[in-house]
This record gives sequence, structure tokens and C-alpha cells, in this order.
Amino acid sequence: MSQTTPTTPTRVGPGPTTWTPGKVGESDRRPDGVPKVTGEFEYSSDMRLDGMLWGATLRSPHPHAEIRQIDTSEAEDLPGVYAVLTHEDVPGRKVYGMEIPDQPVLAWEKVRYQGEPVAIVAADHPETARRALEKVHVEYGVLDPITDAEKAVQEDAPKLHLSGNVLRRIRILHGEGVGAAAKADVVVRGEYEVGMQDQAFLGPESGLAVPDGLGGVDLYISTQWLHIDQDQVAESLGMDPDQVRLTLSGVGGAFGGREDLSMQIHACMLALETERPVKMAYNREESFFGHVHRHPAKLRYEHGATRDGNLVYVKARLVFDGGAYASSSNAVCLNAATFACGPYEVPNAEIESHMLYTNNPPCGAMRGFGAVQACFAHEAQMDKLADELGLDPLDLRIKNALKPGDRFPFGQEVPPPAPVREILERVKVMPLPEEQEVMGRDLRGLPGGVSNVTHGEGVKRGVGYAVGFKNIGFSAGFDDYSTARVRLTVEDGEPLVEVHTAAAEVGQGLLMLQAQIARTELGVEKVSILPADTRVGSAGSTSASRQSYVTGAAVKLACEGVRERLFERAREELGEPPDGLSVEAGNVVRDGRTVVPLAELLDGDELEETCEYHHRETHPLDENGQGDVHLQYAFAAHRAVVEVDVELGLVRVVEIATAQDVGKIINPQALEGQIEGGIAQGLGLALMEEIQVKEGKVLNASFTDYLIPTILDMPTVKMEVLELADPEAPYGLKGVGEPPTIASTPAIVAALRDATGLELTRIPVRPEQLAGVSDGPPLPDEPTPGGAGYAEVGRLDGRRET
Amino acid sequence: MVELNFARVRPEAVMDLTRVPELREWGTENGRLRVGAGITYTRVIRELGDRLPGLAMASRTVGSPQIRNRGTVGGNLGTASPAGDALPPLYVSDAEVELASVEGTRRVPVAEFVKAPKRTATNPEELISAFLVPEAGGPQQYAKIGPRNAMVIAVCSLGLAVHPERKEVCACIGSAGPTPIRACEAEDFIRGVIEEEGLWESRGELAEAALGRFGELVSEAARPISDVRGTAAYRTHAVGVLARRTLGWAWNEYRGGI
Amino acid sequence: MHQEDIVIVTLKVNGVERPLAVEPRRLLCDALREDLGLTGTNLGCEQGVCGSCTVLVDGESVRSCLMFAVQAGGCEITTVEGLASGETLHPLQAAFWEKQALQCGFCTPGFLMAGVELLRRNPEPDEAGVRAALAGNTCRCTGYEHIVDAVLAAADGAARERTFAEEPEVDVAAEVVAREGR
Repeated sequence: MSQTTPTTPTRVGPGPTTWTPGKVGESDRRPDGVPKVTGEFEYSSDMRLDGMLWGATLRSPHPHAEIRQIDTSEAEDLPGVYAVLTHEDVPGRKVYGMEIPDQPVLAWEKVRYQGEPVAIVAADHPETARRALEKVHVEYGVLDPITDAEKAVQEDAPKLHLSGNVLRRIRILHGEGVGAAAKADVVVRGEYEVGMQDQAFLGPESGLAVPDGLGGVDLYISTQWLHIDQDQVAESLGMDPDQVRLTLSGVGGAFGGREDLSMQIHACMLALETERPVKMAYNREESFFGHVHRHPAKLRYEHGATRDGNLVYVKARLVFDGGAYASSSNAVCLNAATFACGPYEVPNAEIESHMLYTNNPPCGAMRGFGAVQACFAHEAQMDKLADELGLDPLDLRIKNALKPGDRFPFGQEVPPPAPVREILERVKVMPLPEEQEVMGRDLRGLPGGVSNVTHGEGVKRGVGYAVGFKNIGFSAGFDDYSTARVRLTVEDGEPLVEVHTAAAEVGQGLLMLQAQIARTELGVEKVSILPADTRVGSAGSTSASRQSYVTGAAVKLACEGVRERLFERAREELGEPPDGLSVEAGNVVRDGRTVVPLAELLDGDELEETCEYHHRETHPLDENGQGDVHLQYAFAAHRAVVEVDVELGLVRVVEIATAQDVGKIINPQALEGQIEGGIAQGLGLALMEEIQVKEGKVLNASFTDYLIPTILDMPTVKMEVLELADPEAPYGLKGVGEPPTIASTPAIVAALRDATGLELTRIPVRPEQLAGVSDGPPLPDEPTPGGAGYAEVGRLDGRRET
Repeated sequence: MVELNFARVRPEAVMDLTRVPELREWGTENGRLRVGAGITYTRVIRELGDRLPGLAMASRTVGSPQIRNRGTVGGNLGTASPAGDALPPLYVSDAEVELASVEGTRRVPVAEFVKAPKRTATNPEELISAFLVPEAGGPQQYAKIGPRNAMVIAVCSLGLAVHPERKEVCACIGSAGPTPIRACEAEDFIRGVIEEEGLWESRGELAEAALGRFGELVSEAARPISDVRGTAAYRTHAVGVLARRTLGWAWNEYRGGI
Repeated sequence: MHQEDIVIVTLKVNGVERPLAVEPRRLLCDALREDLGLTGTNLGCEQGVCGSCTVLVDGESVRSCLMFAVQAGGCEITTVEGLASGETLHPLQAAFWEKQALQCGFCTPGFLMAGVELLRRNPEPDEAGVRAALAGNTCRCTGYEHIVDAVLAAADGAARERTFAEEPEVDVAAEVVAREGR
């Protein structure tokens, strides 16, 4: 190591964002809206620094193989290459992981999924870096991959990890379990399957690592949780966390896909090795291999009910394919188990939830997090039961709806508010869209649109309903908290509140929310939100629909602390009794009358408070799967109206109607955006989104073949929003981001069943299934014709030179 | 371009043809249209929609507005993907592809031009300069299956042209075989039906049964594979449905055109 | 890299002539982002599907990831950075901000460019027209409703401001659809 004087330029990123936000409850214009519409907003992929190098990652072409030898010498000799690193160069812990550190920073001995990082390089040009990857020679001994979760569990299956192939198993026994079956007049059974969905955020993974010249490193990164990244990076670099400082850079969407590390450790390793800033930016293909996906699942259900439609018992066996490494699979397994029965009063239940290691792509967090898969199955079962009983599917749901004071199958008492019945009734009375003559309609209003497949022939309409729910915040005993630093100061004679948290704005509007709270609580016009970084304590993850609640509460708490000190000061200096004081429009007021302007009261001083908000304690499940596991529950009901060309299996979703309880609307426009965006992702899972994996290899790692809904696929959304305050939550709010994704999928599939009369047990529902031509997904023998075979990452080892 | 972006290919040289004015012109030649290979889909829709309605309909389904502004029929020919949207309309109009080199020009029927997936009859020194195609003498249709309602590569497609002037109906399957496939038996069958019943003259209705049989024969002509976009069984099924429907629409248009 | 591989090309970007020395295979998007520092044009897929890299070349929207910089030599290129006049946002930008037609914002520049092209061709589109024109751009956050609202609002605002009725260019897409629809 040479001199330790700083040699690299330091980065000047965007500073604080200052504006006059709306108050809690108002629609506000996003402070990042202007830079985002002018193109000035700096995404992580936009960052650059003089003298920076470009990093690139060599990934395994095989889903399962021994690594016999890695020869980097030829790559090192390439002009312009500054570093070629393998597992031998990992300075600290060689594995990482949020829940279980089981994933190699760079693979050694074995690779366990296609796309697993094996070596990294830094070069002076991205193309040079890519060429260098081709000169790294890895000798693999290819092994048979385990690609079926059901087979992974068998005794004789080769063990992918020392701990075996079972990542987690949960069993919930509630009431008499299936022992209650004798009391059921009617039993329905079903087996359901959910394909592997991708978050498909639009801004691929990217980051910039800058060595500080003193042995430490600054990392600018798009992520969902700065501090858990910091901990993992520091651990693998063998450093103290304070030597690894992270700053959030512009995030191009997340949806769970940025909760795990991608290139964080790699970029830092390369930067420290080369003593130069190193940027890494994945392209779309690499992005598909660079983050976890939603777990594919197989779900077996049995529902028993009385003749008049009261649920007697539910038996469920859920099997999730966790892929090669743990990611957040543990928590997904728990969520699925606890949400397996749906938001219904179920007196007896037996639930098994299995999470298994395979050689498929690792799966982890995605919007809905285990509740999505379960909801598809339990809602299909409710429809099946209604059909069997001759009841209206909505009435059956209303009849069995959970209410506050009931017990979940895992023993927790349902906390208020739990308006399951109310939201179902709201959806029930929302007027259906007018049924228009299909023949001769404008093509754009028909399945297939301008692709001109039908002029109305074969088109049938269907209506379907579903209700789903989701836990808000982290569960099962996790100390889930957020930290906020709030400072009240005076700038240009005007009071200003600065808010500093490490909470990741990933597009959802968290900057607005924090500022709205600050303005509301401290009665100032101007609020400044500091960039999120690790100089302040952890805010926890931007996931589990938790930031409004937890970081919102932390900001509120810190504001209240500052406000108390203000009032204290008013008492000390002005002799004002503190009771009855409030702050408004930059003044301390009593009974609407100004007592003193804030600026005057502060008199050049600043008041600062740093607060941690820890939510109510939760508890892990016991051996019978019982416990007060979750913090808060949010519910949404959906009605989907679809039109299906039943001959061709093509679909147009006509409308989605939804009712959702959000506790308190903080920002109406942002709320609409969350609900509509969540529905779009649910629609995608219902109709088109699936990473197709064959023998451990991804067949469609591109936006040409991994399809997400376009503006012509997404219908208008009718919504009714309930505001039933949660007494424990700040302003009574509930998390809103996930429920729309959970219940929209089963509602759409129910509508497809209504239109076609088919059972449709697998999502995404493909045209083949709807047209009754084939039950399952296609099993391709060849790479896609017309495509470039994008999924063959292995080509990194042997590209054509023409 | 995509192959370049992902470093699948690294050609020694690339040539920009978008500035060659001759490639961006169209006109008539001996009663046929000669359309420069560099004419974009947007221009096909805008300028040739009346003369080549089938090709315009296909162009409408290509990618996105941005792709249609840049992408050309010439490019579609050069790529020779079985999923190329412009190909079935060219097949059903018996288009010819004009290839130019320093040696001169030659013209090849489109069905001979497309040899195999991504392989054409072009010699290394040749350039696709234009295609020649008669103006539509009757109704034309193009229909394309995709799992979403915009921006899809065809799972399968069908081009159809009614040629009253030569008393033929032509149908071509896209993306359900190694190349576009003319459904010859189906064409012969429906020509027979129309002739037998004197429908060219009477402009009478085509019986449902005849439409259905036509669809079946088109299905039989398909030679699809299963891949990530769809199963072979579905493609076979869907091209039949499309054939039945598009013939119905085109024939109705012919009947209405008295 | 051999010296002879470098081509000098002048791009007229947002009204300013920008001479560039690029490799022939330099993509337009990379030239804009890396060489000219115009990082508002985003890369979401690099294969012409997501639409985030949409720019206008001589007024027509194109995928800058599917075009070489040299092909744009001498052309008028408009990127998202060229929409606002000084501090004044383009009406469509203002509408996207006003209607929260964005969340993460990665797709926003592409939608704006496609929207600008639409409103130039058809200043008073209906909802179906807006959806058809924006079908080449994907958004993963919003579910599109606010985007449709924003374009309609911008069109509405512009319509109110137009003093003299201009002859709108024909909406090709709508015409073809209308014809095919029968």
C-alpha cells in the first residue's frame, strides 16, 4: 500500500432539498419533481468522477458447478485493466446476507446459481472491463442442478449448503386443525402455482465507490436500506462500519429488488484495490441476474365450510423455491404462513410453509412479500367454495370477514381497525363499468388492441373479486426502528426545519412525507430534507410498507421534541404557561393569537433533536406457530372487470375498482400513485410477468421477453379510500404500498375464470391456458428465435468475434 | 443493434444507410410499387396506407412509435426473423426484394429471399435496396398475437390478401415456423370454394364452414416450436383462428366494395 | 483504439452545435450521456423496449439506444434537458410535476419526449390517443393513470392558450386504427 494521503477527488453530490411542502393530508408537488422532469436528477447510473474506473462482474454460466481453477493472469495483462479480483481478495467475511450470511461475495469452490459473481475487474473503460472478463478463465466442473423445490427436500438430494436444503419450515396449528374436518359439510381442494416475478425497476443497479485515501471508502448507491448495506459491506471489507460511509444516490425504483446487496462490496473492493473511484452499472440483462426475484410457489389447499358458508377449517401446504441463497426468504416463509388463510375468521387451521434451497435464481423481497402467493391461492379457494355452496363469492367473503378482536390462526388478536367487511361492501356497491357492444368497437378497446386479432369475436366479459392483507413493518421480534434528526434554525430571517434521516426515497414520495410532517408539527413554511446517508442512525428498510409509519413516526417524534423545547423557551423567556401553545405559520401562537415569532424566540440559536422511534414489540412464532408476530395490518379489496378473447386467450382488463383502508391520507396524490402502481404490478403477475427458468437457467432476461404492463394494458382504477385511524400509528396512518399488489392479481384471475369457466390455477395466466390449448407454461427447447439469447450469461466466457 | 449493445457481435465495420436518399424513396414501376428499403414504418403507415393496407397494418404493430420512426421494412427483411411483422404482408403480395451491388441489381421473390431464421439470399457485397410489390387490388389484413397489448414480438401472426384481379386469396403465417410460411393448401381450398360458388362475381357470403376449414388448413401449415413466447400447440391453434377471422373481415370488405 | 476509428461528428443538441469525436459504434445515448454529460436520457434496457432513452431526432421520437451517434450528425436532437426555457418548465413538464405523473422518475424523460411529439402532431388528443402514443414507454411505478392525466392536462392548457387555431397534423395512429377497426 502506498502513501495514505487522499489522492482521489471527493464527490459533491446534490445538497439538501428545500421547499415549502404541504401539510399532512394535502397533495404536494414533489420536491424532486422538477429535477426529475428536467433531467437534472442524478440517478446512481449518472454519477461520474474524474479518474474513475469502471467495474464489471464475471458471472457463472452454470447453475451448479465446482470451481476448479480461476486464472486471471491474461485479464490482468490487458492494457487499461487495473484490477482483477476473486474470492481470495475479499478482505473480510467472504459471505454476506441480510438474514443468513450464506452468499459468497465472490464464489469459491462452487457456484450455486446461473449468474453468480465469480470475479470482478476494474478498467479505464467499460468496454475494456467487459473484454477483460472474457480473459478470466474459470475451469468449472458442471454438476446437476437441483431445480425442483419438492426434490430438494428429499433425503437423497445433494446438499447445496452445509445446513441442508431446507431453509425454513413453519407449522401453524390453530384450534383443532384438520381434526375439525368432520364438522365441515363441504370441502374444496386446490393446487396452485405462482411463477417467478421480477421487480423490474427501470433503473438498473449502479453505484460509485470512492476511496478516501485513508483506508476507508465512500459508497454512493441506490438501495433500500443504507445501514444494512453498510454493515454487510464493512463486514466483508474487514472494516469498522464508520470506515464505510454510504450515501443514497438517485434510485430508479426498487420494489424489494434493492434490499439485498448487488455490487456494493464489489465496487468498494475495486476502489480500495486501485485507489481510484470505481463505478459499476449493470445493464438490463445483468440486472436480471443481479437481484433476487419473487419466490415461485406451489400451494396446496383444503377449505372446509358449513352448508351455510361458515369456514370450518383450512389446511394449507405452501412450498417456496428460495433459490441458491437465503436473502429474506426466512421472513417470506413466515409471512406466507401467517397470511395463508386470508383475512377471514378461520376457527381451525393447519398450515405448513416450506422454504427450500435450489439452484434456481435466489429469491427474496418483492412488494407483497409472501402474502402475494398466499392470496392468489386462498382467494381462488374462496371462489371455489362459493361455487360449491351456490353462494355469491363476495357474500361468502363478507360472511367470513375478520374483525377486530378475532384471532388470526397464529394466535394474535386482530387489532383495530380491521375493516374487511367494510371494504368488501364498498367494492360490492361500486357501479360496474357500462357493458359496451364489442362488435365493431375501436380496436384499442379490444383484447390485443391494434394487433388486430379480434373485432369482437370471442370476447367475453368477466368480473372477479378478491381481498388481501399485509403486515406493515418488520415482524417477529425484530427491533424495527427509524432515526430522525430534526433541526429548527433561522435562515434569512425565516424559520427553517432541516430533517435528516437515512430513509431511502425510491420514488414513493418519502421526501414529501417527511417534509409534510415537519411543516405540520413545527408550523414553519420552509423545510429542508438532507440527503440520506449513514451519518445519521438507521431508518430501517424502505420495504414492508413501513417508512410512512416508522420514519414518519421518528420525524414526528423529533419534531415534537424540538417543539417542546420551543415551548419551554417561551415559558422561560416570556413567562408563557406551556399549556395551550402551538406553532403556526412561523409563530408560536395561543388561541390563534401570535405569542412570538419563531425567529425571534430562537434569537440565532438552533434547536436540534435526534430521536429513534421503535415500534411496539412483536414476537416470533412458537413451535405451534403461535405468537403476536406482526405490528399492523392493512387491507384492500379489489374488483376486476376483464374482457377475454376466449378463442385466443388474450385479455383486456377493463377496470379495477378497489377499496382500501389507509388509516389517514397523508398525501392524496401520492396515495393514488401507490395504489395504481401497485395494481399495475399485480396485473403483470396475473397476466404476463414471469422469469422462465429451465434447468436452473433463465430464458428471458430481457425486457423483450420479460413483459411488464404498458399503458395499453393498464385500465383506469376506481378507488375508495377509508381513513380508519390506527390508534398506535402516527396520524393513525397505515402502510399503503403493498395491499394493491396483493389483491389485484387474484381479482383479475377470478374475473378470467368468470369469463372462461376455466379453473386457472397458475399465474401468470398465459394465453395458452385461457384458450384451453395447454395447461402449463411452455417448455422451450431452444433459445427464443428472434431474440438474441440474452439469457446466456455464459456467453461472457465465449462471445463471438466477427 | 441489440446484439451490438450486449456485445453478442462486434462487427469490424458498420455502415449507415439512412442518409442514402435513393433508399428513402418510393414510386411506381411497371404497375408495381418500388419501395426503398430505408422507408420507415411510420412512413409506410402515413404514405402507403391506402396502397399497401396489409403492410401498413403490420407496421402499426411493430414495436413502439419510436421504433416505427426509425425501423424500416428493409431492416425487417435483412434480419429475416420469422417474427418480422413486415414479412407476411410481403409474402401474400408476392413481393420481390431488390438487391444491389457494384455488379448491378437483381430481384428475388421474398419467399426465396428469406432462407432460414436470420439467413437471407443476400451475398456479402449486396445491399437490400428496395422491395417491389403490387398495389393492393383487394382487401388485406394483418393480425398479430402478443401477450400484452403493445410492444410485443409476435407469438404468431397472419397476413392475408384478397386478390380479386387474379381471383386468389393468399395467407402467410408469421412466427410459427423457421420462416414465414404461405398456407398453400388453405389458399387452394378457399380459391376452390369461391370459384365453385361464383363468389368473386356474386360477392356472396363465405360460409362459416368454409372459413373454419380455411383456418384448420392454415393451422396445419404451421411448423412452430415452443419457446418462452408461446407453445407450439398454441401457435398452431392461434394462426388458425386468425386465418378464419381475417378472411372473414377481408371477405366482408370485398363484399361491401361493390 | 486506432485513431482512424474515430469520427468527427457534429450534433445539434437542444439548439447548440456540439462537435464530437466518437467511435462509429458509439450509441447516441452514450454520446449524449457520457460525452455531452446530458444524463437526463436514461438507459433502462438498451434494447429499445423500455423507452426511457427516447429523444427527438429532427422532431421524431427515437430510441437513442438503438441509434449510433454518427447517424445523428447534422440532425436536430432534443433531449429532456432542452424542453424547459430557462427556469420555465415546458407545459408538459409542469403537468407531470403537478399531477405527480412520476415516482422514481427514471422513465419520465422518455415519456416527456414521446408526449411532446404527440402534442405536436395532435394538440388535442383524447385519452385513447394519449395511450396509443405512449405505448412505447414503460413505467413501473405509477400505473400510468397520472401520466395520462398529465398529458391531457398539458394539452388542455395549451388548447386554452392557443389564440389562433393551427391546422393540426393528422394523427396517423388514430386514422389507421379507425380504418382497421372496421
